[in-house]
Amino acid sequence: MSAPLSPPTAALSTNSLEVPKLRIVIVGHVDHGKSTLIGRLFHDTDSLPDGKVDQIRKACEAEGMEFEYAFLLDALLEEQAQNITIDTTQLPFRTASRECVIIDAPGHKEFLKNMITGAASADAAILLIDAHEGIQEQSKRHAYLLSLLGIKQIVVAVNKMDLVDFDQNVFETVRKNYTEFLGKLGVKPAFFIPISAKHGHNITAASDQTLWFKGPTILSALDRFELPAPQIGKPLRFMLQDIYRFDERRILAGRIETGSLTVGDELVFWPERKRSRVKSIESWGVKQAQLTVSAGESIAITLEEQIFVERGQIAGRAADGPAEGREIVTSLFWLQNDPIAINVPFTLKLGTQSVEARITEISRVLDSSTLDPLTGTRTEIRKNEVADVRIRTRRALAFDRHDVINETARFVIFTDKRIGGGGIIREAVYAHQEESGANLTWTVSPVTREARAEQLGQRGGVIWLTGLSGSGKSTLATGLDGQLHRRGLNSYILDGDNLRHGLCSNLGFSDEDRSENIRRAGEAARLMADAGLIVICSLISPFQADRDRVREICHRDGIPFAEVYVNAPLEVCEARDPRGLYKKARAGEVAQFTGVTSPYEAPAQPELEIRTGEMTLEESLATLSQFAISFALPVKAAAQEFQKGAGI
Amino acid sequence: MDHLDELEAQSVYILREAYHTFSNLCMPWSMGKDSNVLIWLSKKAFCGKIPYPLLHIDTTYEFPEMLEFRDWATQQYELDLIIKINEDARAGTGSYSASIGYETHDPVTVTHELKTVALQQIMAERKFDALITGIRRDEDPTRAKERYFSPRNAEFEWDYKDQPPEFWNQFTSALDPGEHIRVQPLLDWTEVDIWRYIQREEIPIPQMYFARPGDDGELYRFRSLGCWPITKPVKSTAVTIDEIIAELLVTKTSERAGRAQDHHERNAMQKLRAKGFM
Repeated sequence: MSAPLSPPTAALSTNSLEVPKLRIVIVGHVDHGKSTLIGRLFHDTDSLPDGKVDQIRKACEAEGMEFEYAFLLDALLEEQAQNITIDTTQLPFRTASRECVIIDAPGHKEFLKNMITGAASADAAILLIDAHEGIQEQSKRHAYLLSLLGIKQIVVAVNKMDLVDFDQNVFETVRKNYTEFLGKLGVKPAFFIPISAKHGHNITAASDQTLWFKGPTILSALDRFELPAPQIGKPLRFMLQDIYRFDERRILAGRIETGSLTVGDELVFWPERKRSRVKSIESWGVKQAQLTVSAGESIAITLEEQIFVERGQIAGRAADGPAEGREIVTSLFWLQNDPIAINVPFTLKLGTQSVEARITEISRVLDSSTLDPLTGTRTEIRKNEVADVRIRTRRALAFDRHDVINETARFVIFTDKRIGGGGIIREAVYAHQEESGANLTWTVSPVTREARAEQLGQRGGVIWLTGLSGSGKSTLATGLDGQLHRRGLNSYILDGDNLRHGLCSNLGFSDEDRSENIRRAGEAARLMADAGLIVICSLISPFQADRDRVREICHRDGIPFAEVYVNAPLEVCEARDPRGLYKKARAGEVAQFTGVTSPYEAPAQPELEIRTGEMTLEESLATLSQFAISFALPVKAAAQEFQKGAGI
Repeated sequence: MDHLDELEAQSVYILREAYHTFSNLCMPWSMGKDSNVLIWLSKKAFCGKIPYPLLHIDTTYEFPEMLEFRDWATQQYELDLIIKINEDARAGTGSYSASIGYETHDPVTVTHELKTVALQQIMAERKFDALITGIRRDEDPTRAKERYFSPRNAEFEWDYKDQPPEFWNQFTSALDPGEHIRVQPLLDWTEVDIWRYIQREEIPIPQMYFARPGDDGELYRFRSLGCWPITKPVKSTAVTIDEIIAELLVTKTSERAGRAQDHHERNAMQKLRAKGFM
């Protein structure tokens, strides 16, 4: 069939309205007149479709009220009946010089989730305050949320000036008080404008009632807002959404949040740190293939090397990549009815990364009506509260600090698969900024880890056995080493006691020395795993923070790490007491003995747990071996291995 | 990037999130301009391969030109197309005691039975967990309140009074049994944006959007296309996209003014949409 239906060829577009649209949100306390302001703005600029005013008049009559501009946005019957905005609305709007999108956000506390939904995408905000009522709860909360959302361009409109006889003193008092409050948040409004939305003063034309006011009208304030600066000059952050294999191409799809990339560039994928060069930029329906793509674009690329990358990873450059780690310091807002409690797992999503996480510390909760910190210890954050919290994630996360790159510094929390709240990351340590390493370099061998893995037929990694003395770590470690050896796999044991004979011989048993002992073991294990070995570490390693640090040391370098909890009850270990240490500890002859005079923090989320008190040695060893083999071999090889009857 | 690039990038991002999130995705296609933009964006998102089926809900009141376009585009884009008709409603069989049609019923009833119910039938049959729709905020005040990912319950109802929060491109995909998500990648686009994009990308569309003489000799064009008995053209001399855009920049008539079902009663759209209409 021919294509008789294609459009007539058009002449060149004469339209100059092709710059991005500025997005402006109107926020403030309930009933301070947000929807009325927008309705008035549209009406006075002749931006309403024919018949709209008649339609609104009829709706107002049906509800038995005088003409209400707010009905333009409050389109739902329920909104009109209750004269309240329930959900956020976005409307296109044209001034003489630009196209913009006006976002109406509900001011009622109950609909804060809808306010955030509307405001989060805005470039600028108009904060509305009722001259008569002054600063109210949402005036404060919305201002704080704007600062969390990263919206810096703000105009304050002091509304309902008609109710205070356009009195300059009232306006100045509101200005003084609110300026002081906003200052605490680091927010500096561009203008304060006295208006009456209902009667159309200082909306599109200067009012004859406020001759003392020399500033702009709302309409000209809209024209003075600036478009957000392009994010091209920042370090590259390419957020991976998916991998497609619809044909012979292996396509990496995602969006460039900041920076740009060009065919031939070397990319590093955080947090795994795999590297490859960009082979091509893929597209459909374009006249000329692109060689460079930049911030804001949804792109598709192929790589030179077939490295394993997956959704959630962030590609950047070696020199200025994101920070990474399993702990983030954040400011959080909570929107859901059910509070979020400390130590309760949830799903954290940052861009396309999705990871199990929990709050480990609530350092500050702010009173929602005053924004003063609440006193007393809190173990949960309730609806509509804002708080500063520390969050731990189960896997390493790649992220930025909010004032460095906003796009990769904000996250949301899902509980029960629904968005419960969101937050921004306040702190980040960047590898390229760490002072200790500032003048150091890492000598890179031409033999890559992948090449070693191919030659050895295995992938290096660290299997970390932790547990009480007598839980069976050493027995399992030696048993595993033997079995891996018989299968032709290369492994080695790093045993806590063994290390203390040499590498750690200058260390004692204080908490500090124990931590250092673990750090050294971890660093040694990382190097050996980099060389391609399966490193079996057998250390009591009683503190979670120490074990987490080893995990970070490994993950930072892309080394697989597995925490194996060798779990036996204290009574069982004490009864076994293979080296008579419990007896000595009980007699007070050994100081700082884990389980007796020093605590043991059981792993919260180990990759594997082996209950040696409940399983035979053979069963324990079989479980561990099977785990170790899938850990050390590529997935396909491990499957074959098991098919051969690798029951071990 | 100009604003069309921004709109395109955001729509592609949403299409890719939808494809990642849902296992049984489907894209209704009316052959209208917005629908054709969605096909175009899907081609871009997945580098030429649209990895989900398209669905035409055929009310049997389609303009013949639209059906001709459908058959042409299906081949042109290599679409996997499902065509669905609520046969029982038209024939007055099954649960229907009489045939439903514009000849005998009001537009809200017919739209509901031949579009929404037909959609419910095919959803029950094919178990789609998400539908990609081409609705835009500027079409209607209730659509202005929509989310990119918008849940519908088993009865297809839209709980507009308690929508999930949605920000920073994080979407709600929670599905209780029987629920589905409406994925709405064009929400941020305006009617003028759609035309500018069709022009820039040279996207094929049905000719009915361009002005031609009516029976009275005056020039008319269709601004929005639906079932022929309830879709009226508007007076227009626009025969090129430039002329259409120029017309839209000064018009004060709403896009869906020619669509009878919207104007049947106060808040007809809210009621239709709450019951599952797109």
